Amino acid sequence: MHLPLLNIIDTVRQLGWGGAFELLRNGIVLGSVYALIALGYTMVYGILKLLNFAHGDIYMVGAFLGYGVLSILGGPLAPTIAMVPLILLMFLGGMLGSGVLGVVVERFAYRPLRNAPRIAPLISALGVSFFLANSALLLTHGERFNYAMYQLGGDPNTGLPGPLNQPAFSVAGRPVTVVQVLVVSTSIALMIALTLLVSRTRLGKAMRATSYDREAASMMGIDTDRVIASTFFIGSVLAGAAGVMFGLYIGETYYLMGFLAGLKAFTAAVVGGIGSIPGAMVGGLLIGVTEAYAAGYVGGQWSDVAVFGILILFMLLRPSGLFGAKTIQKV
Amino acid sequence: MPMLLRLSGVNTYYGQIHILTDVDLEVAEGELVCLLGGNASGKSTTLKTVIGIVEPRTGTVEFAGEDVTGKNTSYRIKQGMAIVPENRRLFAPMTVRENLEMGAYLLGRAKKEDFERVYSLFPLLHERRNQLAGTLSGGEQQMVAMGRALMSQPKLLLMDEPSMGLAPILVERNFEIIKQVHEAGVAVLVVEQNANISLSIADRGYVLQTGRVVLTGPAKDLLEHEDLKKAYLGR
Repeated sequence: MHLPLLNIIDTVRQLGWGGAFELLRNGIVLGSVYALIALGYTMVYGILKLLNFAHGDIYMVGAFLGYGVLSILGGPLAPTIAMVPLILLMFLGGMLGSGVLGVVVERFAYRPLRNAPRIAPLISALGVSFFLANSALLLTHGERFNYAMYQLGGDPNTGLPGPLNQPAFSVAGRPVTVVQVLVVSTSIALMIALTLLVSRTRLGKAMRATSYDREAASMMGIDTDRVIASTFFIGSVLAGAAGVMFGLYIGETYYLMGFLAGLKAFTAAVVGGIGSIPGAMVGGLLIGVTEAYAAGYVGGQWSDVAVFGILILFMLLRPSGLFGAKTIQKV
Repeated sequence: MPMLLRLSGVNTYYGQIHILTDVDLEVAEGELVCLLGGNASGKSTTLKTVIGIVEPRTGTVEFAGEDVTGKNTSYRIKQGMAIVPENRRLFAPMTVRENLEMGAYLLGRAKKEDFERVYSLFPLLHERRNQLAGTLSGGEQQMVAMGRALMSQPKLLLMDEPSMGLAPILVERNFEIIKQVHEAGVAVLVVEQNANISLSIADRGYVLQTGRVVLTGPAKDLLEHEDLKKAYLGR
């Protein structure tokens, strides 16, 4: 008899602890990319109660910008500058470009609809998403561009990968590569920076005040339009960073990559409790790890089913998410 | 005394609906003025027009000798206005201290002296400074709202319905504080339904009815006014 469940148990046995670790590792790396995208979703939702469906496409643009910087500086095979400044410049290009794009989108697609019924900016967000994805399609002719970072500093004759894809350390005989460490540690650093910004700085406090009660915040003299624009900038900068990270780690960028990643990050934000910053981080990791285990144990074709199954489960059982406050209706 | 705030011929609309009609209102430096009126009389709209959340269709708002009509709220606050909004509108998920900081937002970093000034007025807030504002009692929240408005050392304090939703004992305590702030030299414009208590501390009063000023004069005259007695004072 052939039961799928037995298959899964078999696979788990076959892969063993080492395999389980590898899947966990892959999940955490992917999850830290999702978490960064989810942060932008959750911040914008927190301040405008808007699901910014264009956010995934801003991530896509960030990935392309990182690729653009890489190509301008000679590409992975013949870089004109050293590796560390090259990667820093790729991050800088992707983050700043995405950040500015986020501000422009807010200014022209959402701000005019600030006092419109909530469905209007939502539709506008879908429109921006299509606009960005299709603009990218026109500009790239639908081609896929590969960062191919394993070539950077590698040996083109033997195909030996460069330092980014060398193991940084091993656990149970399974390697963790430099790029994986880089992705996770950059993500953690950005999350710490964001947490400090929101909890300590004047702008961060104004963001929290505005997201709790926009009119009261403006009565305190807070320029709420500017605070909202800053929120979009910061959220989009994080998405841009996530795009570059994805490029460094997986490599392939194409015009539709923002769609699925955006939906998964949205799932992460909902699972964590939309509007909650720690929720987005934990949700992102949870989604990444789920995806990796589903792909490893059940099969790659099941990974999206597992991720969106979690979304449905949360919507049914705990719609406020892991960290979300139960909304109390004020009278 | 020189005029601090002057509304002249103000007409305000929400869409097609005419809310304020030819409202003239003045507050002198250091004066305590109350604006009375029932529900939907246009009290809150007057206040929103003063602070710039609502723009009048015609008429002007002058503050500290300058025409501020068309200037945004931030600008007016920078010039020395501060507001304690209706229902206090604290930032519930933020601490007391952070709420106070927001009151001094336009000054950049909130200064130690400003905190100390507010804490000396409301010693309880110092004790509760790291507590979330949403967890405080109604009376304590009112102190935070007052303190938040006073952080910027305003020339004119605007108060929207300070007695709303408070126990009578707290209303009295609240008006004592308003009086105290006024005695320190701050001009105050109080919008209230509770005519008795606000007239008892005010210098002058205005009465609004369906968006028009129907009565104005020194507070003690208004307290004795027959129409007002019937309509608001329940005597």
